[in-house]
Amino acid sequence: MSDIQTIHAHQFDAVEQQHEASWIGMWVFLATEVMFFGGMFMGYAVYRTAYPQAFASASNHLDIWLGAINTAVLICSSFTMALGVRSAQLSARKPLMIFLALTIALGAVFLGIKFTEYYFKYEEHLVPGSAFLFEETSLARQAEIFFSFYFAMTGMHAVHMIIGIGLLTALIVMASRGRFSAEYHTPVELVGLYWHFVDIVWIFLFPLLYLLGRHL
Amino acid sequence: MNTQTMERRQHYLNVSYGIRSWLFTTDHKRIAWLYLVSVTFFFFIGGLFATLIRLELLTPQGDLVQAETYNKLFTMHGVTMIFFFLIPSIPAVLGNFLIPMMIGARDLAFPRLNLASWYIYSIGGLFTLIAAAAGGVDTGWTFYTPYSSIYSNTHVVLTVVGIFVTGFSSILTGLNFIVTIHTMRAPGMTWFRLPLFVWAHYATSIIFVLGTPVIAITLLLVGLERVFHLGIFDPELGGDPLLFQHLFWFYSHPAVYIMILPGMGVISELIACFSRKRIFGYEFVAFSSLGIAVLGFLVWGHHMFVSGQSLYAGMIFSLLSMLVAIPSAVKVFNWTATLYKGSVSFDAPMLYALGFIGLFTIGGLTGLFLASIGVDVHVHDTYFVIAHFHYIMVGSAVMAYLGGIHFWWPKMTGRRYPEAVARVAALIIFLGFNLTFFPQFILGYLGMPRRYHVYPPEFQVLNVMSSAGASILAVGYVLPLIYLIWSLRYGAIAGMNPWKAKGLEWQTPSPPPTDNFDVTPIVVHEAYGYETDEPQAIYPPGKPLHV
Repeated sequence: MSDIQTIHAHQFDAVEQQHEASWIGMWVFLATEVMFFGGMFMGYAVYRTAYPQAFASASNHLDIWLGAINTAVLICSSFTMALGVRSAQLSARKPLMIFLALTIALGAVFLGIKFTEYYFKYEEHLVPGSAFLFEETSLARQAEIFFSFYFAMTGMHAVHMIIGIGLLTALIVMASRGRFSAEYHTPVELVGLYWHFVDIVWIFLFPLLYLLGRHL
Repeated sequence: MNTQTMERRQHYLNVSYGIRSWLFTTDHKRIAWLYLVSVTFFFFIGGLFATLIRLELLTPQGDLVQAETYNKLFTMHGVTMIFFFLIPSIPAVLGNFLIPMMIGARDLAFPRLNLASWYIYSIGGLFTLIAAAAGGVDTGWTFYTPYSSIYSNTHVVLTVVGIFVTGFSSILTGLNFIVTIHTMRAPGMTWFRLPLFVWAHYATSIIFVLGTPVIAITLLLVGLERVFHLGIFDPELGGDPLLFQHLFWFYSHPAVYIMILPGMGVISELIACFSRKRIFGYEFVAFSSLGIAVLGFLVWGHHMFVSGQSLYAGMIFSLLSMLVAIPSAVKVFNWTATLYKGSVSFDAPMLYALGFIGLFTIGGLTGLFLASIGVDVHVHDTYFVIAHFHYIMVGSAVMAYLGGIHFWWPKMTGRRYPEAVARVAALIIFLGFNLTFFPQFILGYLGMPRRYHVYPPEFQVLNVMSSAGASILAVGYVLPLIYLIWSLRYGAIAGMNPWKAKGLEWQTPSPPPTDNFDVTPIVVHEAYGYETDEPQAIYPPGKPLHV
């Protein structure tokens, strides 16, 4: 018991209070993230309504297979993350580190595929700016807006992935030093929440950006 | 004798010394001081811009500055005052200092995050100062596109980055407050025993958390559009500038309530204490804070009555804007009812509080004028609007901030400020404020538009009155700066509870110990037991920690 008491920070009375505070804090933070992405989702909704044809046409220039593979990769990474949290709850240090490393690896695969896609878009002159080219010239301006949102939204998502990989790396270091146990593993749970959130953002981005105007 | 015991007792100010003990502190009370120094600095920077504006407007011709410089002046005035003074002022200074003490906690839930908020704020401020020093920005604080994203040749990106960064300090402060109020309340501190100051900050934090991310992403998109020539808000590229206005005001209207709600919390404390009465209609005042926070998110379109949004949207926004008047009026009526048959005393904080009620009423009622589409079309973008929002932001928010600073100064420093001078300063500020801004209502009604450095000669008399008032107001603002600093060394020793107030923060010594309370209090009453002799809390060992 006395061991547990020394764990919580001085401003708290008990480890349960600290855990509750961290938990609420993370959920509130995720609420701010929803609002942050929400601004872009709203902009997307406005222009998709205004320019449905251009958005459908531009969407067909995205590689649906790369997007689908990435979706699968990300869902798998959420699975390994959940297994990592479970390992932490069971005080299983080795499996925790393995699952965290797997999550990082899957995240890296996702980013690798994403940046490959960016490169293809660059080659195809689909990056907004002076070099932008779109074969249906009457829709070029509007398609450029689609790609503006594509890069802004997936770019912001990728930034969140990179931050998540940094957090996971820190967790591995902490885990290797034996910082986590069945009694205390709040950071693992919180990073888990964050990772799942970033995953869910992609679950919305994929159909909105890739599956427009396709009849599969 | 008394002085010597004061000096020997260890408290948060003398527990450690040196610049590092301040810059690396995680004590919410010390972080409040870091914020106090920073926001005061930005207040006087913003005041400097205002001074130049009022000097230019002394004469109808543009003889002090050119139009371009004038555009930069009112932009930098707005940016500094709103993002770097008004938004952080009460929450980050008084809220930081008081919320843990008012709920009987040792600190906020996340002390390191709290310190990080201040650093983030400072970095954002630095960006904005660099932008100002490098030549400023001329878009108006609203950064309307496509002017901001394409045409302006000033330091838009630097300023926008500064505001973007600072936004995260608001988000983190709001997050910290929400978590603290949920999880750190002392035993017995139920939600309906919380001081109204805490309720007001809870409502403010909700806006911080839900609104600020939207302005962050919006300004980020403006920056991206400017740097990479995206077409998101640029009509030439198929973008929609109205979308920017929607996104901008979705945050920036609630931001007005970020500025006023904490002030309302301060006023509730002051009115109860200096009327020696329980606040009238506690639950209504508490819920009206939440009501304002929620309704505040639904009224942004009243900034866009003339910018091309649909008439039907305008009518809905007009109606919703009227609704905000209800919770605001609930507060004003409850404060007034608290005064009724109270033993009212007129110490300096109370003068600020009474001034607040009057000025807020004027500012609020003229807000109703502007919420009616027909009137707004007539006075839109005139000095009527300027006067209206200065009655809220300066007349109300700054008055509440100063009232709060005076009220809790003895708690923060252990010293009393000189009461007579303080009362005079409060009166000077009240008079100077009204002389500055009341003529602007008339100017606006007569049709003088905002954001011009020249005006027709027939407006000169009212403009001279306004500038004269501004100089009086400046004297009123410099006075507290002087005597409050003076009181740090020469002020009378305050003692634990100079106002005989009832809140928990007054049951611990002044200045408080680092942990606020030596023993976690057990709360048995609400914070407004002015009609009883019992304290708000008892202490487990059976004795309070003082004397």
